[in-house]
Amino acid sequence: MNMAATVSAGAPAIKVEEKLYQNRYLVDAGRPHIRVRPHEVPSKGLLAMTHLCPAGCYSLSDSGQVEISADGCVECGTCRIVTAKTGEIEWNYPRGGFGVLYKFG
Amino acid sequence: MIEERFDAIVVGAGPSGNAAAYTMARDGLKVLQIERGEYSGSKNVQGAILYADALEKIIPDFRDDAPLERHVIEQRIWTMDDKSHTGMHYRSDDFNEEKPNRYTILRAQFDKWFSAKVKEAGAIVLCETTVTELVKDVHGCVIGVRTDRGGSPIMADVVILAEGVNGLVGQRSGLRPEIAPESVALAVKEMHFLPRETIEARFNLTGNEGVVIEAMGTITKGMAGTGFLYTNEESISVGIGCIVSDFAESEVTPYALLEAFKNHPSIKPLLAGSECKEYAAHLIPEGGFKAIPQLVGDGWIVVGDAGQFVNAVHREGSNLAMTTGRIAAETVTWLHRRREAASKANLAEYEKRLAATFVMKDLKKYRGIPELLHKNKQNFFGLYPQLISKAMQTWFRVDGVDKKAKEKAIFQSFRSGRTVLGMMGDAFRLVRAWR
Repeated sequence: MNMAATVSAGAPAIKVEEKLYQNRYLVDAGRPHIRVRPHEVPSKGLLAMTHLCPAGCYSLSDSGQVEISADGCVECGTCRIVTAKTGEIEWNYPRGGFGVLYKFG
Repeated sequence: MIEERFDAIVVGAGPSGNAAAYTMARDGLKVLQIERGEYSGSKNVQGAILYADALEKIIPDFRDDAPLERHVIEQRIWTMDDKSHTGMHYRSDDFNEEKPNRYTILRAQFDKWFSAKVKEAGAIVLCETTVTELVKDVHGCVIGVRTDRGGSPIMADVVILAEGVNGLVGQRSGLRPEIAPESVALAVKEMHFLPRETIEARFNLTGNEGVVIEAMGTITKGMAGTGFLYTNEESISVGIGCIVSDFAESEVTPYALLEAFKNHPSIKPLLAGSECKEYAAHLIPEGGFKAIPQLVGDGWIVVGDAGQFVNAVHREGSNLAMTTGRIAAETVTWLHRRREAASKANLAEYEKRLAATFVMKDLKKYRGIPELLHKNKQNFFGLYPQLISKAMQTWFRVDGVDKKAKEKAIFQSFRSGRTVLGMMGDAFRLVRAWR
């Protein structure tokens, strides 16, 4: 997850993990519903996901590729739409019953 | 698994799917509704405001047992800069009526209630099941669905797609195009809990009265978007959303934007001492009339967010969802009783009926607004809110400067921000788009 994401220079870092910690999830262990396809250089859209994902699931590896850890995913679909043209992400809903479980919504 | 054949299958159990499934089951059709969540509502996110009229047309006595939070008696519309808000507030005791017009709700709980009504009406509701694809016959007519539970496909005369904004089934079957990042907003939201007495004192409320705040301005950092704050019985829903392509081009993280909004001097005291119990995110279709996809085909109908039925200007969506769901269901029932096929030509009746309602009339009226606001986002969401705040401050600050000089200063600040022609053009375009 992207720990360093901030709204702008000078603003304190907001830890999205602390927000996600409030949520209930039923993680489908070993069956991530989103995968980033292997790539050398991420497109602008895929790269944007490192700040755009509301659950901070995307991060940049040391070698410059975008990686995902989908455990905190809230299934909004933003990453799917942003990369629809490039096809860099394989996106499916979690199996029925799995994923985020809203208490309030 | 399920061998029998259904009159209709409804994909999704949000407001549009529940409205459709309820209406058809009540009228005697054999209905199967499929929902991927543990229960109806467990995947659903909204502000949330319930508009009574749309639900009354489906369940007239819903007030008897629906989980409603507060009825809205006051609407605050704010334009904000970094330190201020300029507000237009409307509060009326007329909203304390026997059958209130708008309520705040918690979607996970409300949808669960609606789903219970769907079951009572006689529909089979299959949860924890994701529809993976549509089944078509050799002519391309939709005749059923496949799910992630495997097994043979489940067959029906018609499939109502109430699968939401990020609806993969219809998209992957080529029934509608991919949503453009320019015509969809990403909203993030938190649930903040406070004792009900605190909420009532803080917002000047008695009993179940509620307040909603809709805000725009520099809170979205130059992106096209809005913030909101709604009072529930013992909690406050606070959130902010912006167009996805704007977010993508910025460096802004959605949760940091929400954090900044919560810490705005006009918002922070309203949330003081509260405990956050949930963080949610969801997409909102904002493309309006021009983004509405094909709505019917052989054996299928689209309702709710999947059909882009959101009035972004008035922040209405759930009422459009329920209305499209109801009308789709009424159309299906009408064809069923006449023993006519759910062909594209016959289902066109749904579009015809929809055209006569507020849904299409409103979306058509505002068809130019989403694009106008988005194209001029720096002005509408940045410059003008700042100029308004500056003008207000100049006007209200008593500092020995005479009023005529103040008027001149205000006029000058507007002129230096944007040319008179530019402002007139914006005003003209806004008025023209509004008509």
